[in-house]
Formats: sequence, C-alpha cells, structure tokens
Amino acid sequence: MIKTFPKGGVHPEENKFSAGSPIKVLPLPEAVVIPVSQHIGAPAEPIVSKGDKVKTGQLIAKSKGYVSANIHSSVTGTVAKVEKMMGSSGYKQLAISITVTGDEWAEGIDTGTTFNGNIDATSAGIIQKTMDAGVVGLGGAAFPSHIKLSVPKGKKADILIINGVECEPCLCSDHRLMLEKGSEILAGTQLIMKALNVTKAIIGIENNKPNAIKHLESLIRFFEGTGVAVLEVKYPQGGEKQLIKALLNREVPSGGLPVDVGTVVHNVGTAFAVYEAVQKNKPLIERVVTVTGKNIKEPSNFLVRIGTPVADLIEAAGGLPEDTGKILNGGPMMGKALHTIDVPVTKGTSGIVVIPSDESARKPVLNCIRCTKCVTVCPMGLEPYLLQAATEKKAWELVENERVLDCMECGSCSYICPSGRQLLDYIRLGKSTVNKIIRSRKQ
Amino acid sequence: MDKLITVSPSPHVYGDDTVKKLMYGVIWALLPAFLVSVYFFGIGAIIITAVSVISCVALEYLIKKYLMKTAPSISDGSALVTGVLLAFNLPANLPWWIIVTGALVSIGVGKMSFGGLGNNPFNPALVGRVFLQISFPVQMTSWPQPILSRLQYADATTGATPLAIVKEGLDAGVPVSRLLEQIPGYMDLFIGRMPGSMGEISAIALLAGGIYMLIRKIITWHIPFSILLSVSVLTGIFWLVNPYDNADPLFHLLAGGLMLGAIFMATDYVTSPMTPKGMWIYGTGIGLITVAIRVYGAYPEGVSFAILIMNAFVPLINKYVKPERFGEEVKNG
Repeated sequence: MIKTFPKGGVHPEENKFSAGSPIKVLPLPEAVVIPVSQHIGAPAEPIVSKGDKVKTGQLIAKSKGYVSANIHSSVTGTVAKVEKMMGSSGYKQLAISITVTGDEWAEGIDTGTTFNGNIDATSAGIIQKTMDAGVVGLGGAAFPSHIKLSVPKGKKADILIINGVECEPCLCSDHRLMLEKGSEILAGTQLIMKALNVTKAIIGIENNKPNAIKHLESLIRFFEGTGVAVLEVKYPQGGEKQLIKALLNREVPSGGLPVDVGTVVHNVGTAFAVYEAVQKNKPLIERVVTVTGKNIKEPSNFLVRIGTPVADLIEAAGGLPEDTGKILNGGPMMGKALHTIDVPVTKGTSGIVVIPSDESARKPVLNCIRCTKCVTVCPMGLEPYLLQAATEKKAWELVENERVLDCMECGSCSYICPSGRQLLDYIRLGKSTVNKIIRSRKQ
Repeated sequence: MDKLITVSPSPHVYGDDTVKKLMYGVIWALLPAFLVSVYFFGIGAIIITAVSVISCVALEYLIKKYLMKTAPSISDGSALVTGVLLAFNLPANLPWWIIVTGALVSIGVGKMSFGGLGNNPFNPALVGRVFLQISFPVQMTSWPQPILSRLQYADATTGATPLAIVKEGLDAGVPVSRLLEQIPGYMDLFIGRMPGSMGEISAIALLAGGIYMLIRKIITWHIPFSILLSVSVLTGIFWLVNPYDNADPLFHLLAGGLMLGAIFMATDYVTSPMTPKGMWIYGTGIGLITVAIRVYGAYPEGVSFAILIMNAFVPLINKYVKPERFGEEVKNG
C-alpha cells in the first residue's frame, strides 16, 4: 500500500534531471575552505594553525560541547589561513583554508570500497565513533547525529525510520546513494538500530524512485529488521513529522520530538556516513551533491570533498549557464539563495540548483483573496494568511497563540498563493520575534 | 562571476494558480448556465449580462483611477465575475438603468468602499441584488416567461416563479399538491424551463459549472454540499411532518436561486470561511436561514439574504473555528 501524510502538502514539478547520472568523484580542488560551524550547535574549535601540514581525515577542529561536531581535513595539504571567511549563509564565519598538496589519508582509515557488513561494535562504540567522525544529519538540518543515536532517559523508541524520501524537487543525491550504496545504507541502518536498541527500521521512499525501491527491497532480506515503505510523491513528506505520520500514523506533539512517539528519524545519507564512520573508521569529509538546473549542461551527482568551492561543482557540470538568475544551496522549496559561487560545500549541502532568470523573480504581490489555499496546504494545520497579517500588524501575542512555532518553513503556503504573497517571509519574522519574546520571558 | 543574481528567501518555485486564472475559471464555470439562459430568455439575457459586466468593470476602473488613485487592475477578472453574477441574479427584462444602479452599489458600495478585492465583508453581487430588490420591488419581481419572450427585452411576457406560486398558494390555504400542478414539472425545473432570475434557472448547468470548479480545485465541496444538505434535511422534516402544507425537498432544491447561491454566490472566496469546519457552519447556516425565509418569511425566496447574513458571521467563524492542528492531540495508531 502506498502511504502518505493526510494533511496538506503540495506537488511541485519534480525536475529530477540528474536521477539517471551515476555519482562521479569530483577531482580535488586546489584549495578547500572548511568552516568550523557546519552543524547546528556550538562551532568546533580549531586545533591547527597557519603553516601546519594536515592529512586527509585528520581532526582539525574539535567539537565543543555535546551539541557540536568534529571537523576533519578533507584533503592533504598546508593550512593557509584560520580566519573568518565567506560562507554560504552570506556571513563571514570562522573557517580553515587548506592549500591542497595531495591525498594521503590519516592512519587507521579504511579507504577501500569492500563492503563490510559484520557488526562488531557495541552500542556505545557506535555512538563514540559517530561522534568522533563528526557525522551530522545529511538531510539538510545538519544536526549532530550522535545525539540522535541514543534515546534520552525516560523515553522509549521502538522503531527507526530512515528517510529516503527526498521530496525536494531537483535533488537526487539520496536517490543515487540508495542505488549505488544500498548495502552500506542498510548496514548503517543496522548500526543505528543497535545504538538505539530497537529491532525494527523502515526506509521510506517516494514512488518516483522505483529503481531505488526495487534495489533496497532486494537487499533487505540480508539485513534483519529492515523494511522498505513506498510513499506517494508529496512535498514535504521528507519533513520528520510528516514522514512519521505517513509511516506510523503517529503525531509528534507540538513542540515535541520524534522520540516522544517512540521513533527516531535519520536520513539515508546519514546512515551511510554512520556506516563509514563505524565500519571504515572514516570521518565525514565528503558527501554526494546534486548539481542541476534547467540550463545546466550536464546535471550531475558528485562525490565532493567538504570545503570544495561551489564554483568547481558548477564548472564540472558544464559551467554556469548564460541565463542564470539564482543559485541555490539546497532544493527549490527550502534551499538558500547564494550571493556568490565562491563559497564552500559543507556537510549540509545536498545540492546546488541553478535557476534561469525568468523564474527567479517573485510574482507581484496582490491582496489576499482568502481563497483558503494556504490553509489547505499547510501540513501543520496552521493558517498562514492569518500569521502573515498578524505579523504585519506586530500582534505578537496572536502570532504566538496561532502556533507560529509549529511552522517548519516548508514554504507550501508561499508556493500555492495565487496572489503571490510571501507568507513565509512574514512567518519567519513572526517566528524569530516570538522566540525572542519567549527567551526574554524566561529571564 | 560578473552578473547580478537574485538572492531571496525560499521557496524559489511557485504553483501555477493566479488570481486571474481562478477568476477566469469561475467565468468558464458560469458559461453553461449562461448558454441555457440565452436559450430560454434570448436577447434579454444577453443585454442584461452585457450591461452588468460593462458597468461593473468600468466602475471598478473609474473608482480605482479617480477616487482611489491607484493603478487600475481590472485585468484580475474579479469585476468581470461580479458583473456576470449580478446579471445572473436579475430578471432578464430589467431596464438598463436599474442594472447600472445595481452595478454601482455592487462595485462602489459592496466592494471598493472597503478597499477593493479581498477586503469586502459581503458578496458584492448580492449587495447589489438585494439593494435592487428592496428599491425596485416591482421590476425585480417581474419575471419573463422562458422561450415565449426570447425576442423581447423590455416588453417580455412575464409570469410568477414556482417559489412565488407555491408561497402565495400556501399562504392562502391551498394544498401543496394542487399548487404543484400549476408550476412546471421537476424535469423542467432541473433543466431551467421556468420564470426566474436570469442565471438561476438551470440546476443542471449550474451543477456542471460546480463540478468543473471542483475538478479545477477553484472551490471545495464543503460549502455547496452543506447548503444543499441542510436545505434538504430541514425541508424534508417539514414535508414528512406535514406533506399537505409543505413542498418536498426536491422542489426546494430545484426552484429559485438555491443552486446558483450554493455553488457560485456562497463560495465567493473573500466572504466565506477559511477552514472546512467553518465552511460547514457557514453553509448549514445559509441552508437553515434560506428555508426559514422561504417557509416563514415575507419573501418567497431567501438565498440572497441568507448568504449575506452568514457573510456577516464569517469573521467570527474565522476567529473561533481553527483548522485541525498537527500534533495538537496525540493520536498514536
């Protein structure tokens, strides 16, 4: 049976141009820029300085605190600078730039591609190795993964969900990974199951990826406790709460976490990274990035070292098209527009999407005609038109009571609005203001 | 990179729907009913639609340009929709100057005085229609006979609507079975062979338009369905209790402006509720008030008043009826 979440959602044009392109290894760049904050939480602390020689996979910035992640060198070379440099957010942030001299890996890392499905590590060992390897959620949020490998005291999890939905239009990195690294993903799934002490795992995949579904279905019999669930194509099914609702019919309470309803969700890319960290002792120094767009000559999926300039990826996909209006870090629904391509790929970069100029301008804004479409498509059951109006009037109490903090910024409301109203812009403002108010209340 | 690129927050792609497309979708949906009206009322239907549309669009343009001093945006199609809907609510022999007056009230008072599209609390076409009904009761209740008057406009042969015949008869104590003999059969009512407002006569054409709007997701089923259901249930109860003095539910569904009201007037975006639950309350309210006016009121027909009354409740409904929130009650299966 094909499953989906019942409330809201939209179906943008899928435009998965690179679905048929196998993952290609991108040649090493001349230099990499590795920000120390590529994750949610505290930035890592650099432990190298200018002039140091580093090897591929060597720790160069140490995680600071529990909600943080280690950063490793993705290349072999000499540290050129440790200072604030331009990142994809549009702000300068502390980063380590390394001039590449070669690709000699640090000791103890298994760089071979032989599959190793024997799970010897203990639960604590899996968590420790994941933490050491600096693994973060690769679905986009980049939340340090080791935290989601243990169930908090007093809570119980009975099932693991592996997110292979990839509901964002254009992106194919998870799709290709499932096709090409299926066994590794499933072994990673079993590692996460062991860490969490659960016996079941479901991999949710939308049915626009029939070959990935078939491939993983053919493999699950070798991996005890794993299963594949087929999902209808609907955005934002890759949202944690929507995916849990679709697969388990459980609703994460407002303000709660998946573990409150007995489950934990990890992305397929993260499962692969956990496999590499535990079975191969390999830190997270590379990831699959989709480079695509209507005018991109060769829409591709590259295996890219962290810190590689976005410009190199676009060049490898046939260069920046003449008609370029917008360049996105991420997918068209939730990705961030870049102001320059001279910024590095980070752990959270799932794709680079180039949009032609006639599609990059926003529509003229007209009056709200109360057509109810934004209310209909909101997967969280909110009223975007109302949140917009209340934010505009600075009625913060109303904004808070109308549950603005439940919004996950999927953008379905702005997508569907026939009046071209930028509902999400206002909702973001409402969210951040309400968050500030709540913080000041606590003090 | 020496070119300028756009940097804006997500989302970066948009759906196909625009206000203009939705409004023209409504126009397409009104086409079958218009064609049936032209078949039955001939030249009168064409004249009043033309006068109504031209005056509504021109008035919106003039008010925007000279009174509000903003860029006239009549191309969104909303004035066109108001114009057609106003015409649908008028007898096909109405003098042109009354129609222009109605358009002035619809657009000037009903819509633009509140700030234009999106800001009006009441359905503009109905504001115009009810104004005319109260100001020109004689002209507004002289209904041309179908087919007989196809080539006449002002001097058309007129007759009473089925609703009026039944209402007056029942008030005079005539049993309903005798009254039903004096009106066209139910099949005629279904097709539209009866005196009445220009666009309200043909249930089947209006239903076809409604289905089209449902398929194109211009409207949802909640409002029309709840109106038709509540009218059927309430008139059904009256009929079962006393079939001697009450018309059956089918008569109430087919006669008068119920179909037009339920499918096209009550579903106006701006003046209807935002949530499915709210739509149920609104639609049920319209159905109940309509029946109350038809059975107990002074007028034989009450759909317009019922919709306007429920329009007034929409802000209240929107304030208190919230969508089902995700994760509000923990439902674990």
